[in-house]
Order: sequence, then structure tokens, then C-alpha cells
Amino acid sequence: MRRATHAKWAAGAVAVALAATACGGGGSGGGGGAEGIVSSSWGDPQNPLEPANTNEVQGGKVLDMLMRGLKRYDPKTGEAKDMLAQSIETSDSENFKVTLKDGWTFSNGEKVTAKSFVDAWNYGANLKNNQKNASMFSYIDGYDQIHPKSGAPAADTMSGLKVVDDKTFTVKLNQKFSTWPDTLGYPAFAPLPRAFFDNHAAWLSKPVGNGPYTVDSYTKGSKLAMRKWAGYMGADKAQNGGIDLKVYTDNNTAYTDLTAGNLDLVDDVPASQLKNVKADLGDRYINTPAGIIQTLAFPYYDAAWNTPDAVKVRKGISMAINRQQITDTIFQKTRTPATDWTSPVLGEAGGYKAGLCGDSCTYNPTEAKKLITEGGGFPGGQLKISYNADTGSHKEWVDAVCNSINNALGNDKACVGGPVGTFADFRSQITQSKMSGPFRAGWQMDYPLIQNFLQPLYYTGASSNDGKWSNAEFDKLVDQANADTDKAKAVADFQQAEGVLRDQMGAIPLWYQNGSAGYSTRISNVSLNPFSVPVYDQIKVS
Amino acid sequence: MGRYVARRLLQMIPVFLGTTLLIFLMVYSLPGDPVAALFGDKAADPTTVAKIRHDLGLDHSIWRQYWDYMSGIVLHFDFGNQIASGRPVTDILSSAFPVTLRLAGLAFVFEVVVGIGLGIMAGMRAGRLADNAILIFTLLIISVPVFVIGNILIGTFGVNAVSLDENTSELIVPAMVLGSLSLAYVVRLTRTSMAENLRADYMRTAIAKGLPRRRVVGVHLMRNSLIPVVTFLGTDLGALMGGAVVTESIFNIHGVGGTIYESIVRREGTTLVGLVTILVLVYLVMALLVDLLYAVLDPRIRYA
Repeated sequence: MRRATHAKWAAGAVAVALAATACGGGGSGGGGGAEGIVSSSWGDPQNPLEPANTNEVQGGKVLDMLMRGLKRYDPKTGEAKDMLAQSIETSDSENFKVTLKDGWTFSNGEKVTAKSFVDAWNYGANLKNNQKNASMFSYIDGYDQIHPKSGAPAADTMSGLKVVDDKTFTVKLNQKFSTWPDTLGYPAFAPLPRAFFDNHAAWLSKPVGNGPYTVDSYTKGSKLAMRKWAGYMGADKAQNGGIDLKVYTDNNTAYTDLTAGNLDLVDDVPASQLKNVKADLGDRYINTPAGIIQTLAFPYYDAAWNTPDAVKVRKGISMAINRQQITDTIFQKTRTPATDWTSPVLGEAGGYKAGLCGDSCTYNPTEAKKLITEGGGFPGGQLKISYNADTGSHKEWVDAVCNSINNALGNDKACVGGPVGTFADFRSQITQSKMSGPFRAGWQMDYPLIQNFLQPLYYTGASSNDGKWSNAEFDKLVDQANADTDKAKAVADFQQAEGVLRDQMGAIPLWYQNGSAGYSTRISNVSLNPFSVPVYDQIKVS
Repeated sequence: MGRYVARRLLQMIPVFLGTTLLIFLMVYSLPGDPVAALFGDKAADPTTVAKIRHDLGLDHSIWRQYWDYMSGIVLHFDFGNQIASGRPVTDILSSAFPVTLRLAGLAFVFEVVVGIGLGIMAGMRAGRLADNAILIFTLLIISVPVFVIGNILIGTFGVNAVSLDENTSELIVPAMVLGSLSLAYVVRLTRTSMAENLRADYMRTAIAKGLPRRRVVGVHLMRNSLIPVVTFLGTDLGALMGGAVVTESIFNIHGVGGTIYESIVRREGTTLVGLVTILVLVYLVMALLVDLLYAVLDPRIRYA
């Protein structure tokens, strides 16, 4: 009998254990593999899928299928083209009148009106809503009321936005910004239906938009099924039946699934597979420029880096880096050596100018050594390049850059990498101005404008001016460019400002980053847009 | 016996509080601000950061945060919200744990059935061919890392990554990979323990008094030999649940291991503490179960 008692207690404890660990079972997701459906690799988006809250590429993929704004960047050229906008008119680069096209609706049948835009923008800007892209609205008059520097918002709407009628609204900016309409292709400027405001939680679990696809089912953390929306008004109708976005925690697994034929599209080919990609995929591998540039930024709050001599040292460092060799061997040509501070995706008319950096970005070890010696050597005697060690395998290229510098100087201790454990810590040290030497800086454009590559990064006090670089001449030229109503003139002024940046070597441009993708034999017409997001609506299924 | 179980359950409370506090302190002592990191390479807007921190209660002192967190769990079963997505952590737990329970459960069954089976075979034939073959096989498994086994299965044998976490049948191969290492240990523990007990006095007595062989081995030998195996299995279930990071990422299973890893990288404190808290509970309950099983297996062990 005693044994039975023991067993009973053991069984009782099992029951307790089960009760303690019992959790609700997940619902089963939709099927997939249906005809005309493309399966694509995905990462779990960090933020909720609200347009003004999405600042990374995984959430961006969904918004690109789900939403259409006033403008859309041409997937090939990056040019901002009218989408919902009939016209955006201005006479003074400060007051704009926006007129919408007829007939657009959200997939739930609601009409897209001027109010859909104004409400969405006010929501995005409002401090109360914790939107990470709120600063995109900072050029609109009244932003400082709805998103004050401290304290609670004094207003619920921005005074610069006025609905005239169903099809028209006006925008007043708080400064002259001639190319402002070209920023409106950014997803944060998308219109939102009433459902977004009336039942927010329901919208988040199944977002509703006005784009070529609708959300069919969304299992957070594992799968999002998008289906073609027959009622879509735009010219860029979906060429396939739908897209199944599958979350992969490891891009190597996604790549293996692609080669095994279980997945149609991988838009992030792991670095370790780049060597095999030609053999595995042949011409089903794409590697095209994206609007991303990698640079080395410097801490100008450190007096040692803010001297005329330090300019020489920075130029010397730039000339000591063998960009071609590093991009060829370490990155397998998925990066291109940078010769200016913008990106090739802008195109020449948009402000990209190959070779603007000139000799200062050309590998020349003898001249480099001379310049660094003339400038008094590295402040503190040693150059330490900081990077975060947890993501993006930065160690390899930082070590290579240091090797290149050390070889030029003939001193194998002149430059070392300075790893910081986590990205969060790395960013903290930068925002608290704790850097003592150069640090990795990457910039992914918000919109394909030369302004976006210069002003947020190098203008005095700008939001992403991490090195606190400041130059009166540069600022003046940027202001001038923003006030130009003529686009060509504005671009020329920005390039002149870029010249100042070059002469001071405010940051060292390293390389332009490409987007890469591989796809299966089932699909064709695959391309990446300048934001390195696949152009899903153009994909054809055979 | 009832008093013993009650006492053990009560003892879990301070252990539970202590471990969660330790995890909480460790997560929050990590350098860097997880909220600012949400803005990527771009500079964070300080007002928005301050607002999000305030909404999540991250602007309070660490003791206040711990108090709020624990009272939320105990009073409302509320594990807080994720920093980045704003999703309730209970939501994340309830999508990750069922998957992991299935995976770990299958792996556990696999290692128990096959492990003890092979262990008995080897133990009964200690020193002979079958024994040597099994020992070499387990040595092989122990020395080859899990990701090598997983990738060999995928690359060479055409096994696919899991397409849908809900499909239990798809989890069988990953479970075998996950359970393989523990399986090797179970085999070796069982084998050694049995080989040793075969020579014990009570075995000789049992055989001498004419008991059938099935009963000698099945009851007398097995029960006494299983004590070290049960000890190992008890802690192993927790390890299978929390430590499946590699297996989960190779087969693309969205379970607890991967979620823990991601929470560490993204510094999602609330999610991490929530996940680990439940794992702590699993370990505590398993430890109790193991202790109770001792008494079932060996009549000499009694709990007053």
C-alpha cells in the first residue's frame, strides 16, 4: 500500500506541474503553398505595424505591400512619383496644397479622403502615441505643440495641417523645404482608415490599408499571409496571388530552405553563403545597390579630434583604407567602395556624384602615412575603431580596416578594433558622447534625396549627427539648398555642402551597401527597390 | 508524505522569489538603453524615449520595478509588455511554450524510451559486442555538436526545416536531434548502473529464491538502477525546454530557446524574466517530482 501512496503523491505533483506550465495553445495558421502564392523569408518586426512606428526593413516589407501614400518611390529609379496625389502645389516652398486622386478606397470599403491623411499624420506626430518616426513630421508647423521637447502635448493636432474638402488639404511647414513633397513616399506618411483609430487592437492584429495586398492572416512571431486585393486602384497591381511571409530566426536556415525548394525568396543572403551563391542559384541571385552607406564617424566633442591637424589625420586614415580589397574579399562584392557621402541609388540627377571625394578616398598608403605624421599622429597614440559585436559581423571589416591602416603605417599596433558587447550599449555610449575615437556609423536613407544623406547626419545639432560635427559654411549651404525652389539648383547646393564635408573629412565614407536576394525557379521578375525591399507586387509565379 | 509535499511546495516560494530577483537584477544591470536601441542606427528622439520609458515604468528605481513586476504576476498573472512591440508578454509565452512543450516532450519521450532501452541492452550484456557497439554509438553522439547533427540531417538526408510549428509530426526529427545528447547520457547512466547492480547481493538472493528472470530484471534490478537516471532526466526536461536555441534555429521552430536568445539580444527585460521565471518553475517542480520518485523506486527512501 505504501507504494501506491507514493505513486499517488507523485501523480499529484505531476498534476501541479502541468497546471503550472499550462498555457493556451496557439490557433493553427492558414495553409500556404496554394497556387500563385510566393513564400518569402521574413524577420519578426520589432515594432507594431503602424506606419509611423516602423523604422526597420521587416515591418517596411509589410507596409510596402499594404499601404500607398501620396507618393511612391519608383522601385527601379527611386524617383518620387505621384501615387494618391493628383498634385502637390507650392509657390513659396513653405505652404503646400495637396489634391488627391478620385476613387481610392481602403480594402474595408472606406474612402481615402484628405482626413485619412491628416488624422494619420497627427497620430504619428503625437507624443502620446510613442511613434518612433514622429520626427518625420517635424517640418510641419505646430509639431512643437503636439510633440514638445518636455512635458505633455499642448495640442492634439498640428496647426500646419488643414482639411479643405474631401479631396484637398493644405500643409504649412515651419521652414522652407523645397523638396519636401519628395519625402512623402516614406511609409510614415501613409493614410489610415477610421478602423485604425476606432479599434486599434483589432487593426494591429489584422491591419487594413489601401495597397495592392490585404492581410489574410497574421500569426505574430511566425507567419503573415498577404493576399492580392482585387479592388486595388493603383497601376502597380499585384502580379501574383499573394505573399506568405515566414519568420526565420536564422537566415542560414532560410537559405537552406530556399536551396531545398521549400521557400521562394530570401532577401538576406547570409554572408557565409555568399561564396556558394553562384553555384547554388546561378542567375537567381541579385545584388543591387541600396540606399545605405557605411562611414566612420569621429567624436568632435573630444578636443583632440577637433583641430586643423586632425583634418590631416582623418584624410590620412581615409587614404590608408584599401576599400576595394575589403569589399572584394570580406563582403564578396556586396559592398561598393564609396567615393562620396550619398548613394548610387540617388542617380546623378538626384545628387550622387561618383568621385566627389577624390584623392582623399583613394587608397594611397605612402601619402596616408605622410598626412598622419604631419598631423601629429593619432590622438592618444592609438586608433581604436568602436563597433557593436552582437549583430552584423562588424568585427571582420573593422579588423581589416585596421590591418590596412597598420600596413600603411608600418606599425601593427597603430589601430585596433574596439568591440562593444551589445548594440544597445553601443548606441548609449554614442548618444552620451562617450566615444574617444572613430566609430562605425551606418545610414539607411528614409527617402531617396541627397538632403537625407547630409542634413540629419552633419548639420549642426541634427538628430543623427552622432559625432557632433559642426561647420558654419556647411550649415549655410544646406539652408540655401532647402530654400531653392529649383530642384537642380538645390542638388548643386547640397553637393557644394558635401564639398565642405570632404575638405574637413567630417566623416570617412567607407562603402555603399547592396541589397541581396536569392529566389527559386518557381518565380521570376524579382527585384529589390532602393530600400533593399523586394518588389513583391511585380513577382510572377510560373 | 502529504506534509512533505506541502513543505516542499512552500519552500519553492523563497527559491522562486530569489531566482527571479537575481535574473531581474542581471537583466537590468546590462549596459545600454533598450528603448533608445529601438531607433536603430538613427538617433533616438529623447522625448519619445522618455515617454516610452515612463509608460513601461522603466523610469522607476529597480526595487520599485521588481515590486511592480512581481505583484503584476502574482495578482493579475500579468507579465508586463514587450518594450519594442508593446505585446503582452503572456501573449508571447503562450505562443512559445506550447511549441516548446511539444518539442521538449517528444525529445524527452525519445530519450527515455530509446535511452533506457539501449541502456538495458548494454547493461545486461556488459563487455560484449552489443555493449561495445552501443558505447561507441553514444560516444559518437556526445562528441558531435548538435548543430552538426542537425545540419547533416538537413543537408544530406533531405530533412526540411519546420514549415508550421503546429504540426507535431514535423517536430519529430528536430526532437530526435534535440534529445540525442541527453539520450547518450541516459544510455550510459542506465548501462553502468545496471551492470553494477547485477552483482549486488539482493540480485543473487532474488535469483537464488527462484524468481522468474523477468521479475528479477524488471522489478528488482530496474527499480534500483533507475535512481541516477531519474535524477538526470528530472533536470534535463528544463534544459530541453530552455536550451534548444541551436536546434530551434536550425529547424526554424519558434519556441522558448530562440525567444530567450532574441530577448537577450534585444534587451527585452520583461520577456526574458517572464520566460526564465516559467523555466524556474519547471525546474522546481521537476526537482520535487524526482525526489518523490525516489521513494517510489526505492522503498528504503521514506519521506515523513
